[in-house]
Amino acid sequence: MPSWNVNDQRIPQGRLALFSYLSATMIVFLLVGFWKLQVMQSEHFSDLAEKNGIRSIAIIAPRGAMLDRDGRVLVDSYPSFSILLLRDNPKLLEKNLPQIEEGLGIAKEDLDQQLDAAKAEPKFLPLIIKPEASQADIAFVDSHRADLPVLDLMMVQRRRYPHDEMLANTIGYVGEVSVQDMEKNPDRYRPGDIVGKAGLEKQYNDQIVGTDGMRRVVVNSVGKVMRTLDNVEAIPGRPIQLTIDEDLQQIAEADFANKEGALIAMDARTGEVLAMVSRPTFNPNDFAVRIPNQEWAHLNTDPKTPLLNRAIQAQLAPGSVFKIVMATAMLESKAIPASYTVYCPGYATFYGRVFHCDHAHGSVDLHKGIVASCDVYFYNVGKLLGIDRIDQYATGLGLGRRTGIDLPSEEPGLMPSEEWVERVDHHKWYPGSTISVSIGQGAVMVTPIQLARMIAAVANGGTLIPPHLMKNATDLKSGSFPISDDTVQQVTDGMWGVVNEPDGTTSGQVKLQNVDFSGKTGTAQVEGFELQNKLGKKLKENGWFVGYAPRRNPDIVVAALVQSGGWGSTSAAPIVRDVVKAYYDKKGGHLQQPSTADNLPPSSAIHPPGVSSGAEQQ
Amino acid sequence: MKDRPRVQDFDWPLLAIAGTISALGVLEIYSSTHASAMAGMQWKQLMWIGIGIIGMFVISRIDYHTLMDQAPALYLVGVAGLLVVLLIGFSRLGAKRWISLGGLMNLQVSEIMKLIIIIVLARYFAEVRTDRLTLTDLLKIGVLTLIPVGLILKQPDLGTAMVLVPVAVVGAFFAGIQWKHAAIGLIVIALLVPLGWNMRRHLKPYQQQRIQTFLHPEEDQRGAGYQILQSEIAVGSGGFWGKGFGKGSQNQLGFVPVRYSDFILAALAEEQGFIGVCVVLLLYLGLILRLVDNAQKAKDRAGMYVVMGVTAILGFHVLVNASMVIGYMPVTGIPLPLMSYGGSATAFVFLALGLVMNVRMRRFVN
Repeated sequence: MPSWNVNDQRIPQGRLALFSYLSATMIVFLLVGFWKLQVMQSEHFSDLAEKNGIRSIAIIAPRGAMLDRDGRVLVDSYPSFSILLLRDNPKLLEKNLPQIEEGLGIAKEDLDQQLDAAKAEPKFLPLIIKPEASQADIAFVDSHRADLPVLDLMMVQRRRYPHDEMLANTIGYVGEVSVQDMEKNPDRYRPGDIVGKAGLEKQYNDQIVGTDGMRRVVVNSVGKVMRTLDNVEAIPGRPIQLTIDEDLQQIAEADFANKEGALIAMDARTGEVLAMVSRPTFNPNDFAVRIPNQEWAHLNTDPKTPLLNRAIQAQLAPGSVFKIVMATAMLESKAIPASYTVYCPGYATFYGRVFHCDHAHGSVDLHKGIVASCDVYFYNVGKLLGIDRIDQYATGLGLGRRTGIDLPSEEPGLMPSEEWVERVDHHKWYPGSTISVSIGQGAVMVTPIQLARMIAAVANGGTLIPPHLMKNATDLKSGSFPISDDTVQQVTDGMWGVVNEPDGTTSGQVKLQNVDFSGKTGTAQVEGFELQNKLGKKLKENGWFVGYAPRRNPDIVVAALVQSGGWGSTSAAPIVRDVVKAYYDKKGGHLQQPSTADNLPPSSAIHPPGVSSGAEQQ
Repeated sequence: MKDRPRVQDFDWPLLAIAGTISALGVLEIYSSTHASAMAGMQWKQLMWIGIGIIGMFVISRIDYHTLMDQAPALYLVGVAGLLVVLLIGFSRLGAKRWISLGGLMNLQVSEIMKLIIIIVLARYFAEVRTDRLTLTDLLKIGVLTLIPVGLILKQPDLGTAMVLVPVAVVGAFFAGIQWKHAAIGLIVIALLVPLGWNMRRHLKPYQQQRIQTFLHPEEDQRGAGYQILQSEIAVGSGGFWGKGFGKGSQNQLGFVPVRYSDFILAALAEEQGFIGVCVVLLLYLGLILRLVDNAQKAKDRAGMYVVMGVTAILGFHVLVNASMVIGYMPVTGIPLPLMSYGGSATAFVFLALGLVMNVRMRRFVN
């Protein structure tokens, strides 16, 4: 027996018993702890467990396409991936950043700037660091799921505008839903939803948005998707068919290269818009991803207002096109005999002020007044009619009020009257103002679409067609402002003469074979002499031409505005002629695509030499 | 020693309880890892259980008195082993705890130190022949314990280092610590806690983090606080009946940290519910009570100390581990004996039970 062991057999039974009781107490204490979690707070923790492992992923429905009248695609959608940066773990984020910068090829400063900008936002909102991920980017994120858990992919549906700038101001663009819209429709929109912001995208947003689907997936602790619980497929938005004719649109667009202004071509019987141009313009594809702030600021502050749809928003003096209203008012009101004749020495004096004319036209009757666009003739007509009668006919023919086209933000223009000047300027109407209005200057302001509809109405006997872009539009209401057949005959004869008679303002330069092409030129002085003084140069006049064919009950009406284009006869009339010609060529089955339209590289505004209408004309 | 210990003196019920707990552990390890890259871990665990049981029979054959005779030598070998670990041991998970034995087996020396400290302290307490421990005794026990504690802390392995302390405390309790010393000891500890708190910058960063996290778990959702929170979510969401074997989302999706090892009880609680936890904890209570029964029946006081040393370590493991799982204690890296995956730790428990068998088998001898 070793020295240390004296075979001490005294066992402390009491203390061992105490130890047993303490052990039992300890186990009971632990069981109470488990009871609290597993029985008393079980529901709370079940919720947390579910939130942990189940993630709901929205499946974004693609917006419906927009097709032209022949079913050709003008706008569609395609799936694309965005790379998300999760920011809820700053430490991990900091550690991963260098690798992310390298792997995705993002400059460190850019990423830092984006993170800085997002500082104020809640941490659980991920940051989109690459809106349009390439195949290589997607592969990078997929292969680094384990070591770069702060990266994630999100599939989104992007808008694609295959023709870039073509029809851009009419189509509009899409963008993230605004806070105001979300507050108005809290059930419908989630942050980040894409909605139409302008143009048709906005007008028909409800028709073309699809219904987003939802996928609930089980993810593991590093966010990897393990399996799908359920899957509600997205319902893609339905396509809409527009009245636009891509062929005419292409031709009109090509003619507007390097020009400022607008064009609208309509079916003169139905109001279907066949082509609509506004220049300068923008590329809606820039909005489809994420428009850089700088670019957006530029588009918004550019004095040339590229976001404006000039066909419905430019409010300008109509110039001599207004003489058609004057002629109609003169004949319809019978205040002046149809045989009324004036001698034009090149100017006239009214109320002590001299008003000029382009030429000394000599003896002018109504037909010559229209054909040669004699100002002196219409000064006298205006003086005899008075502003209220002019206003009655202009307003009746749709000037100074919205046409009701299915586009947001149409402008009304302005048709002055005695009542208007008293309400706004608090003085009596100056009779001298009537003289200016008589030739479409002064306070009168119209939009290109109003002029197109007005000319169509005069030529068809007073039916105000309802302009629209949706092919199968229902509840279209035509306006009516009946004009006697005799009046229609005389005025349309005049407009036929403008194009086809040797002393017409177009000098026979825009005649079309086999087509009864008619119209009226306008060359309007640009309002705002202060602006001209500021710029230190005289701005050129705005050229107008509203053409239609045939001469009565027209099929097509086209209004073109070339800002600072000078004479309407040389700037705007050839464009209108091209579009009308194309319309009939297509109808006859021998449309020749202008070499420009097909060869024009997308997203480029390069104007190939030798195709400008002006060049053809001379 | 005229009679040889007989096979029927072996504590078969104790082995049955330990085997049941081990089996539950293997099942839960399987459930936790079968669908992951670590699939197949349960076979390694089974192998270690087998090795442990063989070791248990081997160690039960060597008379514990013989082992206690060699206490000073064992102590020196143990301390030397810990020094070697510090000098040449290789790191895993940022801590040097293993000595490579070649092949796949890596020996965690600190686990062997647990066995050695049981024998060394049992020997010391056995030499105290009165029922009253003097202050000198307590100081000596303190030094004997704190040398390996310090070396293990250096590795650093706070968990295992702490585990040695209850052997001394429980031993002192049975050796007859004076109430005034116990009271003084408690006061000193009470004073040391704030002092230690002030000295916390001397702790390793991860240790500081764990303490911080324990005090303010909500502040750090992805670090150590995240681990405790995920453990609590697993336990709580398991409810009364559990989600079923292999069906715990927290466990299967990897939200529970080291779910096959330190947090295996959380994984079990999620899948088997409160019922499963009751079964496991009552098995541990059965194990402890059976151990105490062996201590009560020990032939001599030396045997009683050996058995209670083993009991102290196992009880401490269960208390600290289960408390951690339900968020009552910080994360310390103390595994649940017999259930948590781990070769050295599992082998240690069976070897320790071998010591207990050793004492039991010799109760009628001589």
